[in-house]
Amino acid sequence: MKKYLLALTLLFTLLLTSLPLLAVIETYEFDNTAQEQMYYQVINQLRCPKCQNQTIADSDAPLSKDLRYIVYQKVMAGESEAQIFSYMQQRYGDFVLYEPPVKPANYFIWFAPIFVFLIIIIALVVKVGRRKVINDEQNES
Amino acid sequence: MNKKLLITIIPALIFLVMVVFFWFSLNSGEDKSELPSTLIGKPVPAFELASLHNPEKVLTNADLPKMPFLLNVWATWCVSCFVEHPYLVKFANQVHVPIVGMNYKDTRKDALAYLDKGGDPYVFSVADDQGTFGIDLGVFGAPETFIVDEKGIIHQRYVGVIDDRVWNTVILPKLKELNADLRLKQDATKNDAVTGD
Repeated sequence: MKKYLLALTLLFTLLLTSLPLLAVIETYEFDNTAQEQMYYQVINQLRCPKCQNQTIADSDAPLSKDLRYIVYQKVMAGESEAQIFSYMQQRYGDFVLYEPPVKPANYFIWFAPIFVFLIIIIALVVKVGRRKVINDEQNES
Repeated sequence: MNKKLLITIIPALIFLVMVVFFWFSLNSGEDKSELPSTLIGKPVPAFELASLHNPEKVLTNADLPKMPFLLNVWATWCVSCFVEHPYLVKFANQVHVPIVGMNYKDTRKDALAYLDKGGDPYVFSVADDQGTFGIDLGVFGAPETFIVDEKGIIHQRYVGVIDDRVWNTVILPKLKELNADLRLKQDATKNDAVTGD
């Protein structure tokens, strides 16, 4: 009896945790898998202008739905990824791209992490390099 | 000794720089969620949409006013637009600057009822029921207001409710710059005088 109860609880938990996966609702028909793959690749690289920390694939904002539809239409019309990205960029700016172009205005977001990493490395080298190596034998004596 | 001093001072310095940086970012009054419009200095995107009041009539860029005007994106489902609406009615009654309405992803019936009830500040409204013109304008949240000059070039976009403060500090100065007709309409009462000074 207890086992069944446990199984039931587990099943229920699984059901609950899988619900968020149903967030994006509409399904589109594609002629081939290449188109479908491209569609999902593109919507996973565009940021929702309304909700800012979600891709348009993640977001259920009405605007994201409209943008997904535009991406779908453009994929079906045979446009390239670059064309779709530039269409979005013209309207919403670099912001919509999850991988913004490397240009002076964006240098900070591109290079700040590398810069911080370098500082850490230098600090480590300086710190560790200065430490004296102590032999175990010497310690014991 | 010198090195030791440096190592003690550098983190403190970095900390100070960050404090200054964050202090100014916090106090700039700038809304970080507001995206810069990519359309500044560019013409209003081409559109061909039905008039809200007269669905048979198709309106295009050629119908835009030939003087500096405001292009206001609104919808009945938009709560902030509801807050903004009385202000727009007031401003439209005060100055000769036309306000063009862009009814964004709305139903005609609701939109017309809304204007009937709250007053219609717009010289005309276009119905963008599909939201395509909105996407061309880079609209991400109504209400949004574009300040456009007599040649149809966009000079500024304001995202959010235009109230008295925004009107005086953001909209009016820009309109002055564009030499818009800011003389008060005759029926505007003196109490409601809108001057940026």
